[in-house]
Amino acid sequence: MNTELLVSAEQKKHARNVGFGYLGLAVITLAVFSRRPGDAGFKLTESGTSLTLPAQQFAWIFGIVFVALAAAQLLRGFGKLSSVVLSLATAVFVLSFLSWATAGESFSLVGMLQDTVSRSVPITLGALGGILCERSGVINIAIEGMLLAGAFTGAVGASLTNLWFGTIIAMLTGVFLAWILAVFSIKYRVDQVIVGFAINFFALGITSFLSFRVLVPNPDYNSLVPVMPISVPLLSKIPFIGQIFFVQTIFVYFSFAAVAFLTWAMYRTRWGLRTRAAGEYPKAAGTLGVDVIKLRYRNLMIAGAVAGIGGAWWPIGTVGRFDQNITGGRGFIALAAVIFGRWHPVGAFSGAMVFALAEAVRLKIGNFDTGIPSEFLLMAPYLVTLVVVAGFVGASRAPKAAGQPYDEQ
Amino acid sequence: MKLELRGITKRFPGVVANDDVNLSISTGEVLALVGENGAGKSTLMNVLYGLYKADEGEILIDDSVVRFTSPADAISAGIGMVHQHFMLVPVFTVAENVVLGIEPTKRFGALDIDKARQLVREVSDRYNLDLDPDAIVEDLPVGVRQRVEIVKVLMRDAKIVVFDEPTAVLTPSEIIEFFSIVRTLIASGKGVVFITHKLKEALTIADRINVLRRGKVAGAADPKTATEAQIAEMMVGRAVQLTVNKKPATPGDAVLNVQNLSVVDPDGRKVVDDISFVVHAGEIVGVAGVQGNGQTELVETLSGLRRLNSGQITLDGKDVTHSSPRDLHTSGMGHIPEDRQLQGLVTGMSITENLVLTRYHDGMFSDGVKMKWPKAKEIAKELVANYDIRTSDPEQLASTLSGGNQQKVIVARELSRDIRLVLAAQPTRGIDVGSIEYIHEQIVKERDSGTAVLIVSTELDEVMALSDRVLVMYRGKIVAELDPKKVSHMDVGLYMAGSRPTESAGAKS
Repeated sequence: MNTELLVSAEQKKHARNVGFGYLGLAVITLAVFSRRPGDAGFKLTESGTSLTLPAQQFAWIFGIVFVALAAAQLLRGFGKLSSVVLSLATAVFVLSFLSWATAGESFSLVGMLQDTVSRSVPITLGALGGILCERSGVINIAIEGMLLAGAFTGAVGASLTNLWFGTIIAMLTGVFLAWILAVFSIKYRVDQVIVGFAINFFALGITSFLSFRVLVPNPDYNSLVPVMPISVPLLSKIPFIGQIFFVQTIFVYFSFAAVAFLTWAMYRTRWGLRTRAAGEYPKAAGTLGVDVIKLRYRNLMIAGAVAGIGGAWWPIGTVGRFDQNITGGRGFIALAAVIFGRWHPVGAFSGAMVFALAEAVRLKIGNFDTGIPSEFLLMAPYLVTLVVVAGFVGASRAPKAAGQPYDEQ
Repeated sequence: MKLELRGITKRFPGVVANDDVNLSISTGEVLALVGENGAGKSTLMNVLYGLYKADEGEILIDDSVVRFTSPADAISAGIGMVHQHFMLVPVFTVAENVVLGIEPTKRFGALDIDKARQLVREVSDRYNLDLDPDAIVEDLPVGVRQRVEIVKVLMRDAKIVVFDEPTAVLTPSEIIEFFSIVRTLIASGKGVVFITHKLKEALTIADRINVLRRGKVAGAADPKTATEAQIAEMMVGRAVQLTVNKKPATPGDAVLNVQNLSVVDPDGRKVVDDISFVVHAGEIVGVAGVQGNGQTELVETLSGLRRLNSGQITLDGKDVTHSSPRDLHTSGMGHIPEDRQLQGLVTGMSITENLVLTRYHDGMFSDGVKMKWPKAKEIAKELVANYDIRTSDPEQLASTLSGGNQQKVIVARELSRDIRLVLAAQPTRGIDVGSIEYIHEQIVKERDSGTAVLIVSTELDEVMALSDRVLVMYRGKIVAELDPKKVSHMDVGLYMAGSRPTESAGAKS
């Protein structure tokens, strides 16, 4: 048998581009990160155990590592390990960036990672909503709108009644928008992307208008005490990890549970089998008597509910109020997480973590004097999204029927 | 069980697909339903299967009227259907595909996949189908996928099984295997409806033959006494020539020269594996093979649509290995692509626009910025007349044409230029007999005028009838070069399946 790894001409080009990407990272590391002397301190616990890295020396070492990676990638490639290598390289780059930014100072690494996990909630829940829709064959661009509308009604509902009620209202708002998407895209077969965008603009317009006209004159409608973090007994005592994952709000635990449940449901239940069939080849399901239309309706509504809860995270899980466009495009980042995670809940969850990390890093770095204009720092999460999706997307495979209306006749 | 269709009429905007059709089938017999593409066979079966609602007429089971509003109703009435395009989810396992819709479950709707596996094993053992429940469907050869479809139907207790063009994608040896499966089904008390346009097969396996023409029942035939020519006449409405008329070829210089061509697809499979061959001026070389053995990729690479990994291609002595499709067109390649609606035409544009698609940048049709439409319309009118394209107005959209006439538009566009090589993939797939005859005639005429022709087709009959030399492709390699006059269909079929006839008469290499 011939054991050489076969690659198509297109893949060779992709691999070459990744190689040049590594070279780019090497240049940045060697030319920029090596210029600041001093030690970077990372606090590993709240009490103060810390890790100290000499920033300049590290930059030189990492720079050489990147050159080596680039050479190896360009000369022979990493074959099956290329995704792993790409992830490791990204992590190393983030680390060298951090040690450059903190050179001469110190900050709480554990605090930043805790923040990362919290910030992953809306992205994760949005991504789960995206998976629910796309796996059954409907592209849901409207996740952003569902998050935003959920954040608004969640804030108002919780301010007027209580946190539980607010969350339920947010959930129902998501369901309502999903129902609109379903009627137009499934029943009337309007282009799914266009309906999705219309819903996004509708949500942005109406929440901005109501926030200006109703919430500003009536501050009582937009003021609530958000939920407090809960320490999980035992688990929160695990050093380092415990602090990051198990001293969090109920939203975080809900998103963990949702990821686990959806993974089980998608791959181990009758519903999951039918959903995946409807997304891959709806006619196969249809000719076997599965009602594809009804299935897609139901999945969209569930997706709306999940995304609505994701929206409620902003007012109820963190800041205690609604602001105009508070979601700031996290719904689109959630869709990137879906692609990153190859339409698998766990994959999407890790994608959400990567994007949330970029955000948390950005907030941390903002406190240091790095000389980077704050406008550029604000771009970080989106930039990471772009780079990661471009780097990983090559190998992913979308559900075949996603975006195609189902025709019963 | 006796199933009867009475006075079925189904209209689509602008066409009557079925016009007062009567039909009956009982368990224990094979009914062949033959007709040309577009005669209404598939529509009729979709009505029977609850996918379409008939405008008039009724369906009777054991003399009582039934009404099917969805496939689920038809399934529960004991009707099973194996569709022409398999209704299988490619990324699922055999077991997952088979139980879809009737999934065995444990608590909380959890799938009982062990039970599913066991069910597949039971049915496949009982009917000798030899299936692995854990195999992923997209990795399976077409013949095996068809058996998965059959298990699906049997698992739902079908009494009458409808096969829609089941042999179109099979190798000759798989067809023989398929017939033995059909006989097993009949022996175990099922009824079979066999839809086909291949008359030989209908004569071999059927107990009765019904012929459809333009949506109507054109007659019935008894396979014991009827001949192929009689049925063909019933099908088309006139006497049909079943062979291609051509003189022996007089090959000239090499026009297309392919050396050590290899192509790897994005999934890392070597789809074209070190292929070398030559096509000379004035000869037709046919590439035979079962669908999915690299022919599509070969054609895409030769026509500049796909990048190759290694090898060299020359056209008339000029290196065109990395040429763009337009360079290839201007160097004298005419390309009739595999899928006329996807690659051959822009169906949302007019016939005239489609006819100048490969030449619109030429000085004849544009001055570099503005199109010279009067000239284009003039040429289009000529082509419509010369190539027998049946349309009232060349300004109509290409989508308004029938499949056969759409194909003639492509043929007209590609052959009317000054070309050295014709690359034709599936040139007559899914079109009516009249258009097939016409296109074959045009291709032979092109050959006689000294053009090199490469035909790629999965219809073995077509390759054998048209070609002067036949290459057989199997798993990306050329496994045989044969003389169609000296080799039997059966032997070519064996090469197509990857084996080798014991007595290799007619094989040149």
